[in-house]
Amino acid sequence: MIVASNLTKRYPGGLEAVRDVSFTIKSGQMALISGHSGAGKTTLVKLMASIERPTSGSLVVNGQNLATLRTSALPYVRRHFGLIFQDQKLLFDRSALDNVLLPLNIAGLSRRDAIRRAQAALDKVGLLPREKANPIALSGGEQQRLAIARAVVNRPTVLLADEPTANLDAESASAILDLFIDFHRVGVTVVLATHDQSWIERCHPNVLRLDHGRLL
Amino acid sequence: MSAWLTQHRAALAAAFRRLSSAPLSTLLSLLAIGIALTLPAAGYVLLDNLRELGNRASGVKQISVFMDIGASRKDSNDIENRLREINKLSGNLNWRFVPREEALQRLQKTEGMAEIVASLPRNPLPDAFIVEPQDSEPAALEALGQTLSAWPKVAHVQLDSAWAKRFSAFLRLGRLALTLLAGLFAAGLVAVTFNTIRLQVMAQAAEIEVARMIGATDAFIRRPFYYYGALQGALGGLLAAALVLGGLRLLAAPVSELATLYGAAFTLHAPLGQGIAALTLGGALLGWLGAQLSVSLSLRQVG
Ligand SMILES: Nc1ncnc2c1ncn2[C@@H]1O[C@H](COP(=O)(O)OP(=O)(O)OP(=O)(O)O)[C@@H](O)[C@H]1O
Ligand SMILES: [Mg+2]
Repeated sequence: MIVASNLTKRYPGGLEAVRDVSFTIKSGQMALISGHSGAGKTTLVKLMASIERPTSGSLVVNGQNLATLRTSALPYVRRHFGLIFQDQKLLFDRSALDNVLLPLNIAGLSRRDAIRRAQAALDKVGLLPREKANPIALSGGEQQRLAIARAVVNRPTVLLADEPTANLDAESASAILDLFIDFHRVGVTVVLATHDQSWIERCHPNVLRLDHGRLL
Repeated sequence: MSAWLTQHRAALAAAFRRLSSAPLSTLLSLLAIGIALTLPAAGYVLLDNLRELGNRASGVKQISVFMDIGASRKDSNDIENRLREINKLSGNLNWRFVPREEALQRLQKTEGMAEIVASLPRNPLPDAFIVEPQDSEPAALEALGQTLSAWPKVAHVQLDSAWAKRFSAFLRLGRLALTLLAGLFAAGLVAVTFNTIRLQVMAQAAEIEVARMIGATDAFIRRPFYYYGALQGALGGLLAAALVLGGLRLLAAPVSELATLYGAAFTLHAPLGQGIAALTLGGALLGWLGAQLSVSLSLRQVG
């Protein structure tokens, strides 16, 4: 459960990217954050993932208020989320498998268990045959699926995806969306930030429409 | 507990990977660290051998006490009693009485002296004592010499402590210089590690950023760099130990040859196990310190 009340984020420099926003996303729900470029979608995702901290208001995730949580507790909160970044942030100095292993290494899994789970995640997104490939050798859609595998490998309770289909053709985008619908079906809370309105008919999400940082 | 172990093992493995993934720069860093540790280590071995040599040089520990020419055997007995008393009080005092007759006999045996001695009307030599205190520190020898020379019928006290004093002062100076040198090179090692780790952190900036955002603790991010620094330092220490031991091996033959020429048996020695352990551990510790400083500073730069 994610509950935002009067949530505001002001960046250094004074710009208020998110202004006085209140909403609730229930556990197991699918939510869609939509809005124009610069509306504050990425900022809101980062606030939920506790990468950015609220300037004012409160943001309670699974019972913990991220606005007041001490810094040393943040890493453990972040592990509840599966994060898909707008710019993916894949690591190009290692194989696809090693990219997916990163969250498991952070969680301290033994190497054997970690490899088993990473391969299962790669299989889920259809990339197991490419496990040894460097991400640079993957197509745009494959890179996006690799990012999804890394996000879900540690079995997060909330999946946060920022523009997961940007730069993809309609077919690849549709395949990606199917993946999110699958995760939603097995009970994962899925929050997608996108300006793609066609998704609304596909999965009937809880829509949060942002405009210049405000919720419409 | 097992997660903790897994993470440390993973960090160590990552450190090994990073060391071996850039063999040339690793080799250069190891050489820099190894040489930085070799110089003070070699200096230490050298001083240690010099000290040993100085301790063994005869005469340093001895005080010769010459009686008045006119002193009687009773006077000599009196001195011997006083020596016994000192020994009873403080212990650890050996001495040997050399009667004037024995001294003359010895002189006679010296080449070219027999005739001269024979031509003497009477024994010109006094009774003497050779005193050998256990405590051979120059200051203690000096003090004992002063006490002895104040005793009745003692004509002259000769001690070789002037040389011993100079030698010990030289050793002290050497040790001080060595400490300064070691401090300097230790700082050099920390600096080398600091720099390699900084480059490492920069190279890993992308991973560090992602890892942080998906829940890595500060410790998780820092750990591999600490291991890297410590590992690099330890390997540098091992290299230094190998260089010092190799150098000693090369020097061993000529040194013992030189010693034989002076009629002494002397071989270079080095504290083998301890030395290797000290260099490896010291290198690891300094490397860890350099990594600690570097990571704290560099992480702030990569955000
Ligand atoms: N780190 C930052 N520092 C200062 N301003 C920022 C920062 N990140 C974002 N902003 C500003 O905040 C506003 C919202 O940015 P945000 O990235 O959240 O928008 P968005 O909805 O994700 O846009 P897009 O669809 O283009 O990704 C923008 O005006 C942006 O310039
Ligand atoms: Mg964005």
